[in-house]
Formats: sequence, structure tokens, C-alpha cells
Amino acid sequence: MSSAKTLYDKLWERRCVKTYDDGMSLIYIDRHIVHEVSSAQAFEGLRAENRKPWRLSSIIATPDHNVPTTNRAAGIAGIEDETSRIQVKTLDDNCNAFDVPQFQLTDIRQGIVHVIAPEQGLTLPGTTVVCGDSHTATHGAFAALGVGIGTSEVEHVLATQCLLQRKAKNLLIEVNGELSFGVTAKDVVLYVIGQIGTAGGTGFTIEFAGSAVRGLTMEGRMSLCNMAIEAGARAGLVAYDQVTEDYIEGRPYAPKGDEWQQAISIWKDLHSDDGAIFDIEYRFNAADIKPQVSWGTSPEMVTAVDTCVPDPKDFGTKAVDYQNALNYMGLKAGQAISDIYLDRIFIGSCTNSRIEDIRAVAKVVNGKKVAKSITQAMVVPGSGLVKQQAEKEGLDKIILDAGFEWREPGCSMCLAMNADRLMAKEHCASTSNRNFEGRQGSGGRTHLVSPAMAAAAAIAGHFVDITQGGI
Amino acid sequence: MQAFTSHTGKVLPFDRNNVDTDAILPKQYLKSISKFGYGDWLFDDFRYLDEGSVTTDIKTRRINPDFILNKPEYQGASILLARDNFGCGSSREHAAWAFRDYGIRALIAPSFADIFYNNCNKNGILPITLSEAIVDDLFERCTAADDLVLSIDLEKCEVHLGDEKIASFTMDEGRRQNLLQGKDDIALTLAHSDAIHNFEDLLEEREPWLFKKIEV
Repeated sequence: MSSAKTLYDKLWERRCVKTYDDGMSLIYIDRHIVHEVSSAQAFEGLRAENRKPWRLSSIIATPDHNVPTTNRAAGIAGIEDETSRIQVKTLDDNCNAFDVPQFQLTDIRQGIVHVIAPEQGLTLPGTTVVCGDSHTATHGAFAALGVGIGTSEVEHVLATQCLLQRKAKNLLIEVNGELSFGVTAKDVVLYVIGQIGTAGGTGFTIEFAGSAVRGLTMEGRMSLCNMAIEAGARAGLVAYDQVTEDYIEGRPYAPKGDEWQQAISIWKDLHSDDGAIFDIEYRFNAADIKPQVSWGTSPEMVTAVDTCVPDPKDFGTKAVDYQNALNYMGLKAGQAISDIYLDRIFIGSCTNSRIEDIRAVAKVVNGKKVAKSITQAMVVPGSGLVKQQAEKEGLDKIILDAGFEWREPGCSMCLAMNADRLMAKEHCASTSNRNFEGRQGSGGRTHLVSPAMAAAAAIAGHFVDITQGGI
Repeated sequence: MQAFTSHTGKVLPFDRNNVDTDAILPKQYLKSISKFGYGDWLFDDFRYLDEGSVTTDIKTRRINPDFILNKPEYQGASILLARDNFGCGSSREHAAWAFRDYGIRALIAPSFADIFYNNCNKNGILPITLSEAIVDDLFERCTAADDLVLSIDLEKCEVHLGDEKIASFTMDEGRRQNLLQGKDDIALTLAHSDAIHNFEDLLEEREPWLFKKIEV
């Protein structure tokens, strides 16, 4: 048997404490990110059993899912919605009671969990990262094993520093060649999900590879890995390289001096060996990928912007589900994607709220105005530091001048737990990750797109093919 | 956690692929900081005609009579029959809590999303993966009779309809034992504390920067 290993095999071996007879393993967890929505019941569980967090230096907490994106100066006391205020306050109380480090609501480092950890150098190659949030797959961009967990598992990791898991299978997705102008990591991942389906990665860890993936920035790689869960995979990975190293160097919690050299020597091997065997391999050509727009109620219901809404009849056993999706979305088979008119525009979420995303939006909307038919267009930066950087570059002015709202960091309309949401039947061009029924507000109709595509749609009032210029 | 040894109950056929956890329990209920009380909100968007919140009095809600959970013949059902990729999307354990609190003890589907599957296991709910052909057959039987009753035996890992054995199923032995005994994973893991400490000490020697205190 070949001794060549996949990146996932290596990560697993490096952190496997013990494997039980039935194949389940205890995996040591280096970093645990905690937020207000999936932690209260876990802390309550610790209390009930008189347990304490195993290692405080592994944990960073911040509120993000349920925080308002306006009027933040008053902190928790300023949260208008009572149930939201109680939830954010509960996180704060728990962090105080258990001595858990927290970037509070008013801290410049507060933001979306999957934005702030990489930004602070708290996500490092070769490590394991968990969070009570399915998009923890994001951290795989750093050749780290990022796994989304439920609240019982949050409690388990708090109490034991380990996660109980069965090793997943290896799935390789290679995208080769050069991406066309206007095509981003978001389009790549939507395209891939369209090809392999939302359950295509269930039971697997996906490694994204190939020259097109190597060519992505860390922000792009994070967008890519972020949506591995939308293909059913709990984790997505990209191998370590110079791009990873350059992004991490100098960040607050990155190793420094001699430790930096020591770390690099440990990280260098974080790639799949030549000849490593994957259970499934897919290969795609970058040149085949166009800007993507989701038309249905599952991320696999996606197509290129220059095509039409497909006919459910062409989807065999899925025909009924696809027709239901069209009914919910208020669309007809054969309708051009460019004929879908939008009511709201949401640019943000753990998929697309990093500085590169904000720059892409500013570039498209510079000197232009949001179409009059658009009720609301908002940009929600992923963290206080992303917001600060954008303002330093004057991007906020460009975005505000175009008629967008410029908000405070949080998950916002991606899951609509706070006040930012769609009304029934409203169509939204959204840079988030899920177009499920009701996800962005009861009856709301989400179209998943890249930041540049959302920005262009805001200006035109409907989807446009940004590869054709004219915007 | 409630142990699961065997269970006999009425089947609720939920004929839809890719049911996501947003549909199982909509986001407004994630604002609750309790671990219980989610049963009335299971499939909330489908189940009621109006929009609710954690503070809405459930008695004031307008029921959607067309939704399967509201049909008289399915009241008291405790086994959900489902389709492919059930429980996909968000990691919210609240979705499993909603099933538990509603009274669902077992789920049968051709496939489950990973995180949801785990979440069920940790809450005394048994998710059973059966072949598509068997699931198709069970859906057909549900169409023929609206009071299909199945018996599930976790000791033998079998599903029965009366005297007829419908299927055998498999699951990780550790998970099966936990469910059978209603055991807490954490206590079991803490029994290996020494191994974890040893591992951690070696790791700290090799990658000490991972152990730095985070300043806030």
C-alpha cells in the first residue's frame, strides 16, 4: 500500500489522540471559536455537571449571529430586541463566569467568527478549529481542519478539548486553468456544488486543488472552503503554500521570531503527497466557469448568469423538488437569469465580507447609483477591522455615495436573526451561502452570487453578466 | 439523555429531498437560550400560516391545515420517514431538540447530513439510514395506509412492521451503546484524560504558540 498521504490524512494523524475499537476517534482541538447562538446551552451543561473549560487559551468568543448592524455605541444595553439582548448578554456573562476570552460587541476585533479568527492569526495551518457553526469549514483555507459542530459537541470540546469523530473519506476537487475576468472563488464553489450536488460531499473532506485554486488569494480560498458544507462536506481544505504564509505573517497571534521559523518547518508538509489516493476525484476547467446565480432553494440549484432558469422536467427524480423551488421563487422555466429583478441587495456573511470583497464591490459601484427599483442595498463588513480598513481606503464613501447602507459587522441578513431581513416574495442578490426557503426572512427569495455580481445587480436592478462589461 | 432501546410508533411520511435545518427550526427560535421547549416550533414555517417568535403565545398561532404535522391521522407520530440528505445546512442542534421535544424518537432516511446526524445521536434520537428502495417502499406503504406503525429494536438493529422484518441497519458501535444506555459522551471522554494531557504536553512542546493567552 502506498504511503502517500492526503492533506486530510496528515491533519487527522497530527491531532488524533486515540481511536476506539468501533473506529471513532478523539481529535485534539487547538482552537474553539464560540458565539452567542450555539453556546448558552453548552455552558449551562458545564455548570450542571460542575465542569470547567479544559484550556482557556484555546477559546475565543465573540457575538455575531444575533447582533444589530446599526447603533452599536451603547453595546449590549443598546440592543433593542429583548430576546437578542438576553442572548448576547448570556454569552458575555458566561465568558465572565468561565474566564473565556471574548471580543465584545464594542471591540474593534469583533466580527463574524470565520472572519476574525483568520484575521487575528488565531487560525493556523496544521491545526484543528471548531465552532458551533457549520461554516467552520472556512478555516480549511489555511490547511487547517475546520469542522462545524452542534451545541452538545461545543460542550464536549469545552470540557475535554477533544471532538469525537469518525474519519471522513477523501474527495479531491481540482480546478485547472485560469479563471476568466469577473469570475471569483464564489463562482467556482457555486459551480462545483451545481455539478456534484448538495450531498455530493456528505461523508467526505473536500480538498480543493489545481492551478485555479492555487491562484486564489486567502480571501478567495476562504470563500471556497466556506461553502464545502453546502456540498455536504463538514470540512474543505486547501494546501499550505507561500500565499498562506504571506497572509499569516505578522498577524497578532501568529508565531514570531524563532517560533515563526519553527512553525514554517512544521507547516511545509501540509499538502497531499504525490500519488495520494482520494476516494473520489473531480476535475473541472476554470475556463468553463462563468459568474453563477442560484435560481432555486438549494445551493445546487445554480446556473451561469448568461443562461435561463432550467426546466424541472429535465431533472428526473428531482423534478418535483425543482418545480416546488420554482414556485417558491416565483420564477418560470426558460426565463432569462438577466430578467430576474431584485428588491434587496445583501453584501456580507462569512462567505464574502472580507476586505477583498468590499474592494470588489467598490470597484463596480464607483461613481454609479443603486437602481431606483431596489428597496435596500447594504454592505455589512465581516469585522470591525475590515470596516476600519475599508474606511481607510475610502471604500465606505464610494459605497455610500452609490446609495448603499454601510453597516456594523455581524452575520446580518445571511440568516436574518437580527432586524436585517427580506419580506415575503422579495428577491435578494446575496453574497451569503444559503438560499433555503425562509433563510433570509419568511417567504424571502435568495439568489446567491459573488460580491461583484451583487454590486452590478444593485446598479442595474437585475442580474447582469459582468464579464460582458457595460457596468 | 433519554436512552433508546426499542420503540414502536406511528410513521410520519415527510416526502421531500434536502430538508434543511432552517426548515426544521427557523432562525428566530435560535434566540432561545434554553435547551428545551422547541416542539411547538418544529417546521414552523410550514406548520403555521402566521409568523411566530419565541415570545408568541402558541395558542394564538394560525394552523396550516394542509401541512402533514397538522393532519389528524398523523397526531402522535413518533417516527419520521424522510428523503435524501435530511437535515442539511446549519449546525443548529435546536433542530434535533425540536424533534425530541415534539416526540420524534427515530428518523428513517436514505441519507442524513453529518452534523445533524450527530446532533440526533446526542439527544436520544435514533437516525436510521436505509436503502432508497426500502425507503421508497415505506413511503408507498404510508400512502396505502395512513396509520403505518413500525417497531425499531436498537439491540438487534432491526425495523419491523408487525411480524414482518422490514430491514436491518448499522451504526457506529460506540454511538449505539451510548443511545442504548442514554450515556453522556463527556464522562466517557474524560475517562481518557491522561491520554489527552499527554498529547497536549507534547503538542505544547512542539507548537507552543498555540498555547498563548488571548488578550482581550
